[in-house]
Amino acid sequence: MSVQNVKSASIELKAAIEELFHSYADCIDNDELEQWPEFFTEECIYKIIARENYARNLLVCVIYCDSKGMLKDRITAHRHANIYEAHTYKHLVSGVRIVGQEGDAYLVRANYAVFQTRQDGITEVYNVGKYVDKVVFVDGEAKFKEKIAVYDTSMIPTLLVTPI
Amino acid sequence: MTKLGVDTMQITWPAEGFTRVPYEVYMDPSVYEQEQLKIYRGPTWNYLALDAELPQNGDYKTTFVGDTPVVVTRDSDGEIRAFVNQCAHRGATVCMDSCGNTKTFTCVYHAWAYDGKGDLKGVPFRNGVEGKGGMPDDFDPAKHSLQKLRIETFCGVIFGSFDPHVGPLQEYLGEKMCGYIQRVFNRPVRVLGYNRQSMNNNWKIYFENVKDSYHASILHTFFTTFGLNRLSQRGGIEMDDTGMHHVSYTYGSSDENEDAYKQANLRSFNSKYKLEDQSMLQGRKEFADGITLAIQSIFPGMVLQQIHNTLAVRQLLPKGPGHCELHWTYFGYADDDNNMTTIRMKQSNLVGPAGFVSLEDGGVGELVQRGIVRDKEKSSFVEMGGITVQSQEFRATETSIRGFWKRYRELMGY
Ligand code: FES
Ligand SMILES: [Fe+2]
Repeated sequence: MSVQNVKSASIELKAAIEELFHSYADCIDNDELEQWPEFFTEECIYKIIARENYARNLLVCVIYCDSKGMLKDRITAHRHANIYEAHTYKHLVSGVRIVGQEGDAYLVRANYAVFQTRQDGITEVYNVGKYVDKVVFVDGEAKFKEKIAVYDTSMIPTLLVTPI
Repeated sequence: MTKLGVDTMQITWPAEGFTRVPYEVYMDPSVYEQEQLKIYRGPTWNYLALDAELPQNGDYKTTFVGDTPVVVTRDSDGEIRAFVNQCAHRGATVCMDSCGNTKTFTCVYHAWAYDGKGDLKGVPFRNGVEGKGGMPDDFDPAKHSLQKLRIETFCGVIFGSFDPHVGPLQEYLGEKMCGYIQRVFNRPVRVLGYNRQSMNNNWKIYFENVKDSYHASILHTFFTTFGLNRLSQRGGIEMDDTGMHHVSYTYGSSDENEDAYKQANLRSFNSKYKLEDQSMLQGRKEFADGITLAIQSIFPGMVLQQIHNTLAVRQLLPKGPGHCELHWTYFGYADDDNNMTTIRMKQSNLVGPAGFVSLEDGGVGELVQRGIVRDKEKSSFVEMGGITVQSQEFRATETSIRGFWKRYRELMGY
């Protein structure tokens, strides 16, 4: 599929996509993780991948999901199976930009920083990177068909259990 | 006369021997210093890289032995080399990138240049400028190479040693451990990528965790939550003759005994949850022996894993008494078809810093480190499965942890 430039995306389109990014982050930061898979289309891809791997075309991710079912399994495991110290996230998402179009999907990029606060009350910059995403509209609603968090922070502190 | 610092620390090990571990060894800075000398620069072979990461002449990768920065290269003759990443002039690192391909390593500070063997090839202004300055007449570049490590490879796994007297690698590994390495590295591999993880605990706590088959089905509740695994699956622990390396293995679920598990009344028995996408665990039988899970540790800091179809090497690196890092290298085989690669990628969700069955390991080490902080003179209790160091055909044991401490104490002189 060829990639076209989106020169003059309408203000409405930009606003809808920005809203998607911000409500996505809001969902995670407010611990409404059961809703998190609903930001994706039925067939979807979600990856968190180190910049090093991404740049060298190496496949390994920290999280690799290629179906909505896998997203749901992540949350079931998060809630009921995995054991980890309670923590909260705050996402700062900036520079949401539509950089192209591929069929019915908009190619969207944004930068993010995730701050993590653990039980001891200390907040640290936990993970910083960029989103390399594909957004489509399903029944007028913006959804992620593909969301790839490419992180610069190549050293993951302790563990990663909450999605980014 | 006693030297200051590193040699003054004396650990009094509890009389019970390797069933006890004094908490002091996880915290004391001078213990950490001695480990760097007596273990990492001592008679050990340390994992450096996979042959498959350096396919071309001139390829290099930076890594560590203990906390010493090291460069591994394939030189212009195709030989694997390793040297300390420290300029022979004033000590700057001569290589900043994590990997690449080059004919020469040029230090950015004063541009001393070394070849892929680590030999000094060029010193700017060696004869001074307009007859003034420069190196003394007796300056001999041959005496200023980068510090070289001994290198040996086995089945495409590259190990390095600082000790000129350490025995051959295969002797160090022992026949049994060689067998398990060979089992995984039975044909050319293809590197699939890396993950890196840092932990706020002493390196030995993570290494003990790897050797601790007792915790596996208790702490890691993923399989049990989804009703996928039982502690009673057939498996065991094998060790080499010294006890310093180990393999913990499990056969695929055949003779499950649910009752025994329920009676143990573990919180982890619970299968009211189901995976939405079962494809994550659909794999292929890869090994004729029927082992679906094999975790092997090679002293002092390498872990080789087969967890279903995920294959990876973990390199454990100490970064101070209370910090360590884990560098994961995932791989498959060069002859994998696309489906197989997809299977490996899907299953990779099980492992790594976000792994369904390994993310807890990052957290528990920190719990130990936090818990023991004020009790250096107390010890941990390691008597599960008896008080001996021996191979066992069950996994409710800490035998391989005891093996680690046995060898550790010999090397450290405790
Ligand atoms: S420190 Fe490397 S050239 Fe001077
Ligand atoms: Fe574990």
